[in-house]
Parts: sequence; C-alpha cells; structure tokens
Amino acid sequence: MLPAFAIEHVQASTDRGEIRLRGILRFAEAAPLWTELRRLETKASRGQTLDFEMSAVQRIDGGAMALLACLRAELHRRGVKSEFMAADEQVQRIIHLYGGDHAVRRLKRRRPLGTLDQLGRATVSILHELRLVLAFLGQIVVAAAGVLRSPRSANLRELPATMERSGADAVPVIIVINFLVGVAMAFQSAAQLKQFGANILVADLIGISICRELGPLMTAIVVCGRSGAAFAAELGFMQVNEEIDALRTMGFGPMRYLVLPRVAALIIVVPLLSLLADVAGVLGGLAVGVTTLDLTARAYLNQTMRVVSLWDVSSGIVKSVVFAFAVALIACQQGLATSGGAQGVGRRTTSTVVITMFTLILIDAVLTIFFRVAGL
Amino acid sequence: MTDPLFKVVDLTIGWDETVVQKEATFEIERGEIFAILGGSGCGKSTLLRYLVGLETPISGSVTIDGVAPDQSVPGRPLFGVMFQSGALLGSFTVGENIALPLQTWTTLPADAIGGIVAAKLRLVGLESAEDRMPSELSGGMCKRAGIARAMALEPDLLFLDEPSAGLDPVSAVELDELILDLNQQLGLTFVVVTHDLDSIFKIGKSCIMLDRESKSIIARGDPRVLRDTSTDPRVHSFFNRVRQEEAS
Repeated sequence: MLPAFAIEHVQASTDRGEIRLRGILRFAEAAPLWTELRRLETKASRGQTLDFEMSAVQRIDGGAMALLACLRAELHRRGVKSEFMAADEQVQRIIHLYGGDHAVRRLKRRRPLGTLDQLGRATVSILHELRLVLAFLGQIVVAAAGVLRSPRSANLRELPATMERSGADAVPVIIVINFLVGVAMAFQSAAQLKQFGANILVADLIGISICRELGPLMTAIVVCGRSGAAFAAELGFMQVNEEIDALRTMGFGPMRYLVLPRVAALIIVVPLLSLLADVAGVLGGLAVGVTTLDLTARAYLNQTMRVVSLWDVSSGIVKSVVFAFAVALIACQQGLATSGGAQGVGRRTTSTVVITMFTLILIDAVLTIFFRVAGL
Repeated sequence: MTDPLFKVVDLTIGWDETVVQKEATFEIERGEIFAILGGSGCGKSTLLRYLVGLETPISGSVTIDGVAPDQSVPGRPLFGVMFQSGALLGSFTVGENIALPLQTWTTLPADAIGGIVAAKLRLVGLESAEDRMPSELSGGMCKRAGIARAMALEPDLLFLDEPSAGLDPVSAVELDELILDLNQQLGLTFVVVTHDLDSIFKIGKSCIMLDRESKSIIARGDPRVLRDTSTDPRVHSFFNRVRQEEAS
C-alpha cells in the first residue's frame, strides 16, 4: 500500500534547501517517514538552512509531529537552521503544541562516572550506611532505656504475634534444615572415621559442631531470610506509605512502637529455635550413625552427652542472641530507611538479606575466635 | 451521523454478591471529552476498570469501535490509560516508561523513539525529567508523565482516572488546558473520571453521573446544563456543593 504522505528535497540555493511534505502524516507510518526524513536531513551541513515546507500537508497527528520536531531540534544542534514553513492554521496549531516554533534548547548530557569515581562513591556510601546502622543502634538503646524507665510505654501488643510469625512458624523449616545438615555432615565424616575404626567419634564431631556453630548459624540464616526480609519489607512499605510519619504525628515513636517489639521477639525466639536446631542436627547425625556406622542409638546419645559440655550449648545460645539482635537491627534499620516506592522496598529487602548474611558470618567468626582466646 | 466510538450496553459491574453499578448504558462520540462523575465510593474508578477491559463485567457489554477491550490478552493497545497515581514503573526512568510501548509495539529505530519520548515529555511540560526516576517526581509530575506514556502510541482515545486529584490549583488548570489542547488540536477523545467541579465545567462536554445508593446513572448530558437545570436533589447538591437536604 502506498503511504499517505510524500516527501521531496528541493535545493533552492547552495546554502538553502527545503523538505517538502505532502498528504497525511500519521504515526501509523512513522517508520518510513523517519527513514525518509533521516535520509534527507543529511543533505544540509553546518551554517546552511533546511526548512520543512508544510503547505501541502493535509493532516498531521502527534506522533508524526513529534518526529518532525525532534528532527528540527537535531538540525539546530548540528548548526543547521530549520523552521516549519507555510503550514495551514490547523497544522500550525499542532506545530505550536509540540514546540516546533520554539527556540531549540541545548541538551545537557550526563557525563558517565569513571571507575575511580564509582569506587569512591561506593566506599562513601558503605561508610554512610555503617554510620546509619550505628546511629540506629544508639536509638534502640535509648528507646530500650526509655521503656525500662516507663514500662507502660512499651508496645507489647505486637510481641506475641511477631514471636509467633518469627518463631513458631519457623519451627518446621528449622527442624528439616538442621536435621539435613546433621545428616550431610555425618555422611561426610563417616567415610573418613570408618577407616580408623573411630565410628563413634561421629557423635563428637556432630554434637560439638552443631551446638557451637552450625545450629545457631543456620537458625540465624533462616530467620534472616524469613523474618529479616519480612521486617524490612513491612517497615519499608509503611515508610513509603507515610504510615511511619502518621505514627510520629500521633505521638508514637517508631523505635518504641515498631522496632523494639521486633528486636525483643527475635531475641526471645531465636535462642529457642537454636536449641531446637541443636536437637535436630544431633538427630540427623544419629540417623546416619545408626543406619550406616553400626552404632546403637544409646551409644551415640551417650557419647554425645559425654562430649558436649554445657558451655558448648550455652556458647551457641550466646551467639544466637547476638545473631537475633543483628538480624532485627539491620532489618528494621533498612526498612525504616526505605524511600522511593515499590522499587525502594525491593532494594532494601534485598540489601537486608545481603548485609545480614555477611554480618552473621562476621559475628560468628569474631565470637568463635574470642571464645577460644578467652579460653572458653 | 457517524457511529459512536464507544458503546456501553446494560453493563452491570461488581464482584461476588456485590453489585457496584447496574445496567449502565451510554455512548461516547469521537472527539468528545466525556466525564464520569459521582461522589466518593459510587464506583467511578471501578467502572473505568471495566471500560478499559481490566475486569470482566457481570453482564452487559463494552465496545470500542466495535471491539470489546480485554486486557487479559496481550496486544497493541487500542487506547491509552492514565491511572490515578500515574502508575509509572518504578524501576524505569520517566523516559524509559514512555519508550517502553514504542519499543514493544513499533519498529521505530532508537533515535526516532528518543525523539518521540522527548516530544511527548515536552508536550506535558516535563522535558527536564526524562532521566529522573518516578520516585523523584511529585504527584502532579507523575500524572503528567502517565499521560505522556498513555499517548506514546498516538491513540485516538485516552482514559484518565482523577487527573486533577491532589494537584495544586495551578497544576490542575494547566492539566485541564493540556487536555483541551489535545482534544481540540489533535481530535483525541477523552474519558475522564473526576469529581473536581472546576475541571468538569472547564473540560467536560458531556457526562454521566453515578449514584452509590441506586447503583445507577442518575443524570447525563452537558455538566453546565445539569448544574443549572437539574431538579434531582442528588444532582443539584453535587454540582452546587450543597447538602442534599438543602437541595431538596
């Protein structure tokens, strides 16, 4: 089908040309129109004039006009003078609507950042985030002191529900994951220990490593993925929805009203979940010991109880309290720092999980070294 | 006389057991600015969702140029829609939001798309916002960008949900003027959901008024004529900002 428009280029003199447009210019034929215009606009160079002669244009829609206006602007930026000429009243109104009769403004292009700039900005941003987390920690301490001075100001209503969501609802996944960790570790070590006839030492290895390290750590990682992400998304949405501001205007501080119940809930439930994780992990090792190492359940459990001291379990509990505090602190801080709508909520939820995972591993390493150095 | 662009016949809308509006019948002519009016909670925005094909009606039909809109089937849109908040995609810049339908539904090269995006943004007075994220824009700017995106594919028909709600008076007047310009210069048809009286009288050429209690259309015609001549107390109280008891 023939297009509803026609274009020709007329060179009136050496430095003056015209693009003559005829017929109906519409968005449905924008692609051929643009190709043709692009071909013709190269005929003019800096200092010359290339006008659009519009007297034979019967009709033009917004999309086609947008292309013509864009081309005129580009010609101006290249140093070619260009105007729309001889349009009838209706077409002229559309030219005016799309700014085709206005002066062309210079475009400000954003300069892309260099690698060093990006590195510097990222470093400053990390330090800034760290400062915000520390400031947040201070605010929690102040809020907690306030609650201790005046217990009636605490928001206890949210505590049971938060404990249920973060604790009771997480029990199945904690049990399954830690049982499987126990199974996997026992399998890995069984092959080695069997060679020395030291099958029973699987109980030692599983008992100590689960109670001291893996039980609390795996529990904290699961809590971070479930509750940490949920806290950040929940508070983030409240922040962008101005609910936090509304709470402030009603006299509720978000620290006392929203953050402290979450921190308290995790500090209460995570150690309990860790104990459950210890039991599940030991049972995982027991299952492997009984089925593949010819150990009796009684022998395995007796060995575990003999070798795992109270401190092994309590050091794991101490770690889990610190982990719980870290998850709640980072999740709430990230949630309350959210800005920028749905995208902001997603960004903060992701950063909550990433920062918390890194922090948990760091804390675990620091505490393990500290306990060893302190002779505990 | 030409066929109407838009036909709604016996449309009943709602969900489960709840009927929001029943047996609505009206037509919209080409080149018209048609307003859907009514008090809060009468179902104006809900009706708009059925008109653009986002929801399936309980009964009745909606046709645009003889075709029933159905957003459950992906395809080049027959019309543009601006949602109340602008509904820009948060992870794209304003320019990318407007370029998206052009990249998807046309074969235009990148430089032509860039040109159209710049022109549309200029049209709605946002030429400097092309590289900004939606979260950096004010409510009014989001609405304007939403209109630019709705116009990207040069549709003949635009649906606007509460275009002037939440805007300052100057921005609201500018937006009304933009709608009038687009209607008069480009011949675009607008379906506008609003309860802003100043805007209704300025841009609305014809309207229907919905009522929450009777779940039906209680008035139709030129809003200025309805304001001056309607004897229905519900209509009179709406257009003249008086309580219904005073109007009756």
